[in-house]
Amino acid sequence: MRDVAYLSVTRELSVSSLPVVLDQSFIGRTYPPGTPYQVSREKIAEFATAIGDTSKLSRDPEVARAAGHPDVVAPPTFLIILTLGVIDTLATDPDLGLDYGRMVHGDQSFTHHRPVTAGDRLTASTTIEDIMARAGNDFLTVRVEVADDAGEPVCTAKAQLVVRGEDA
Amino acid sequence: MKDVTNSGSKGIAKGTELPPLAVDVTRADLVRYAGASLDFNPIHWSDRVATSVGLPGVIAHGMYTMALANRMVTEWAGDATRVLSCSARFTRPVVVPDDDQGARVDFSGKVTDVVDGVATVAITAKFDGKTVLAKATAQVRV
Repeated sequence: MRDVAYLSVTRELSVSSLPVVLDQSFIGRTYPPGTPYQVSREKIAEFATAIGDTSKLSRDPEVARAAGHPDVVAPPTFLIILTLGVIDTLATDPDLGLDYGRMVHGDQSFTHHRPVTAGDRLTASTTIEDIMARAGNDFLTVRVEVADDAGEPVCTAKAQLVVRGEDA
Repeated sequence: MKDVTNSGSKGIAKGTELPPLAVDVTRADLVRYAGASLDFNPIHWSDRVATSVGLPGVIAHGMYTMALANRMVTEWAGDATRVLSCSARFTRPVVVPDDDQGARVDFSGKVTDVVDGVATVAITAKFDGKTVLAKATAQVRV
């Protein structure tokens, strides 16, 4: 999981003598959407169960429709499923050289442009918004734009990933 | 997980407190959440891996804690789609022992503002007497 050898290589290539692992020139780097994610009733129910959410709106399509939704609705943090897929993509980008073994989740936000319901086919486009070093750690801010089949915005998710320095 | 407190009544004014939620988080809950969220980082299920990276033991997914916090909000709001946005910073780990009792996490929430039918809820999540989420908020259509 941890790849210290790669870490030292990227550090040598860095122009800065500071303990910066990630190259700030990657700010603005984008990753095109991969295979669309098909939101299923089963996955929404599974996620709801995992967080102890017993709402029928996430389980019974009839109840959801009666409440004005096209199908069962996803809990507010459901789209972490897509965000984690994006983080995996970043973690395996050889150019970026992210040390997954030293990476922790700093913060997370979701801004919903419309509800996510079963039947949605979603894509996630990713942008590295910011890279900064502080106290020997690297902070990487990633924005994920989730859109539906028609290209309409569904959610903007932002994550801050912290790559701990070797001495941090 | 076992809900210790869980009731639903709705308020929509500044200062309104949400019905609090207390959850005993067990290893089984973390395994279930790992599968549901597809987050299989071993620090959330392996003591061996968790201690090897300097943690006291297996810790809960920060996103699991954030999901529980927002469950408190959606149970209060009555409909998950009323949560227009939510955010949190993960500041302290929730260490989950390998026993049947689990780790108690206490959630509370308070409306800090209502503008144009959208309430801002400030969320507190505490484990072992200390907050584990910072800047945890949700915007809720009320």
